Amino acid sequence: MSRTLFDKIWNKHVIKQIDGGPFVLYIDKHFIHEVTSPQAFTGLNKRGIKVFRPKQVVATADHNVPTINQHLPIKEELSRLQVEALKKNCAEQGIELYGLGHPFQGIVHVIGPELGITQPGLTIVCGDSHTSTHGAFGSIAFGIGTSEVEMVLATQCLLQSKPKQMRINIEGELNKGVLSKDIILYIISKISASGATGYFVEYAGSAIRSLSMEARMTICNMSIEMGARGGMIAPDETTFNYLKGRKFAPQGEASEKALAGWRQLYSDKDAVFDKEININAADIEPMITYGTNPGMGVSVNGHIPSLNEVNEKEKNSFEKSLKYMGLQPGANMKGKKVDFVFIGSCTNSRIEDLRQVAGFVKGKKKSAAVEVWVVPGSKQVEKQAIEEGINKIFEEAGFQLRQPGCSACLGMNEDKIPAGKYCISTSNRNFEGRQGPNARTFLASPLTAALAAITGEVGDVRDFINN
Amino acid sequence: MSKGFSQIKSTVVPLNRENVDTDQIIPARFLKATSRDGFGKNLFRDWRYENDDEGQPKKDFVLNDPTYSGKILVAAKNFGCGSSREHAAWAIKDAGFDVVVSSFFADIFKNNSLNNFLLPVTISEDFLKKIFEAVEKNPKTGLEVNLEKQTLKLLESSQVSPLGGDLEGAESFEINPYKKTCLLNGYDDIDYLLSIKEDIEKFETLKSEI
Repeated sequence: MSRTLFDKIWNKHVIKQIDGGPFVLYIDKHFIHEVTSPQAFTGLNKRGIKVFRPKQVVATADHNVPTINQHLPIKEELSRLQVEALKKNCAEQGIELYGLGHPFQGIVHVIGPELGITQPGLTIVCGDSHTSTHGAFGSIAFGIGTSEVEMVLATQCLLQSKPKQMRINIEGELNKGVLSKDIILYIISKISASGATGYFVEYAGSAIRSLSMEARMTICNMSIEMGARGGMIAPDETTFNYLKGRKFAPQGEASEKALAGWRQLYSDKDAVFDKEININAADIEPMITYGTNPGMGVSVNGHIPSLNEVNEKEKNSFEKSLKYMGLQPGANMKGKKVDFVFIGSCTNSRIEDLRQVAGFVKGKKKSAAVEVWVVPGSKQVEKQAIEEGINKIFEEAGFQLRQPGCSACLGMNEDKIPAGKYCISTSNRNFEGRQGPNARTFLASPLTAALAAITGEVGDVRDFINN
Repeated sequence: MSKGFSQIKSTVVPLNRENVDTDQIIPARFLKATSRDGFGKNLFRDWRYENDDEGQPKKDFVLNDPTYSGKILVAAKNFGCGSSREHAAWAIKDAGFDVVVSSFFADIFKNNSLNNFLLPVTISEDFLKKIFEAVEKNPKTGLEVNLEKQTLKLLESSQVSPLGGDLEGAESFEINPYKKTCLLNGYDDIDYLLSIKEDIEKFETLKSEI
């Protein structure tokens, strides 16, 4: 019988099904961070039990850390206590922690892949909705709540209903200046912020195959922004080459054996999906969001829908959203001024993202009207950026290269966008207050953000790179 | 809904807005606690207060309007989208709600709610519209949630208390039978998983031999 990539991995991890109920799913790797784990450890302690498989758990501190002066104690008491609680819990339970100061510290969805912990065919969870990122390697990876974190710590298992399956095929060649961030923002703008709820999504097609691992991670990362539990891409030579030699990837003989298994991980030719969507890569232009959910996006050359273009039922939410954003229905996005540029987050803070930005801004200076923060996803990305001289390019352009963490993506740590200000951001959410109370977010690709850093406004990067 | 829940009759708090994300339910800057308690006071924080100041409640926000109260929150489509933070479910529960009614819930939020004995009830767009209209007409309109029978009934204001009364509208809702048993009896998933630890260990042995 033909099976999907998802089925192949899922079936290998099901221990049993409860009568008429969910499946008991075995979890191979569990990432934890400081914000969504403390209550889970408290739960274990209350029950008087230990972590079942501490070697399958990896921890880092990312959400609540400052991105300057990381060598100093965290200034804010509650943040410091949360990071300290993680340290204590990991020490007590024998869990490896890549905390502040460790050369592997960074955003959980950046370090897992770069250390080779994330591998094809695994089940991976984390108390964070962007865990879908790891699906780029052909794994089943999804975000969970804290009660579920406790379940996995206690038993290495979860009770899960089997999701429906969707495949999104993107065929053809991408336009110049169009990055994988534009692909995912385009998809979400077409199917809406709830268009894939209840589904696990496989991304396929020649445009996906042509992408690097970093670019694939950006796409899978934002699967949750259309409601999907996870997103995945069948592993191929690009995947295998990326993993080669990484610290925790299989080496030598083990690598040969692993590869043989990984090569079986694809959806069979006749595999059936509950839903399929076909997209022509050539239709995708650089994208920008204008509203307060990631589905509210248009081409940078497009306009905000006018009121008569909006569905009657959605009008109320649409108007509230534009009021928050301080924007008018029907207005063009091109030329819209910005105050801040944030390049970072688990969506776009990998070395390739930084290289792309550096390649564009080299020899240019930022607009005097904007403040630009570049926040690498991990210590390793930061180190590599320095080795490649990218830090110098940013310095000359007037960009601030900060230290690794989630930073201004979520308005939790010290990095927040002030009320009323516009930030063009390479992160994943433009919700009200996401980057700080009353901050206004335009989601975009690293190239579109880099262009705004130089010009101070939203534009089409192709007007600059084609010349 | 504490453990052993089966039926609730209550007036409702209407939040007629689509795509209510978990950053609105509880903004990230309030996720710094290491316990599960006390999140209710920051529920919908940025919609509730001007300038992040508890002394300046926004009069037009429903939680600040004494006209509305109850144990049932009714919200428009795609409630709980975004972040996986379970703090969202904790905050709603801590603020005194036992049930959230919507026409569509985000997946992770739904799981988180069920794990905290906060019942997400999914109903049709039409019935949801009817509830919003009835509550707008009469804020004392109530709902009866019956988990055992899996029904949601619209009640005339006079019928909220005492118990009983005729229906103005009703709809049945779906819930996974396993989760229903858990909610009715106060079981949690961890108890179950711990009880099958031998199966888990056997599975690990088999898996390592492949």
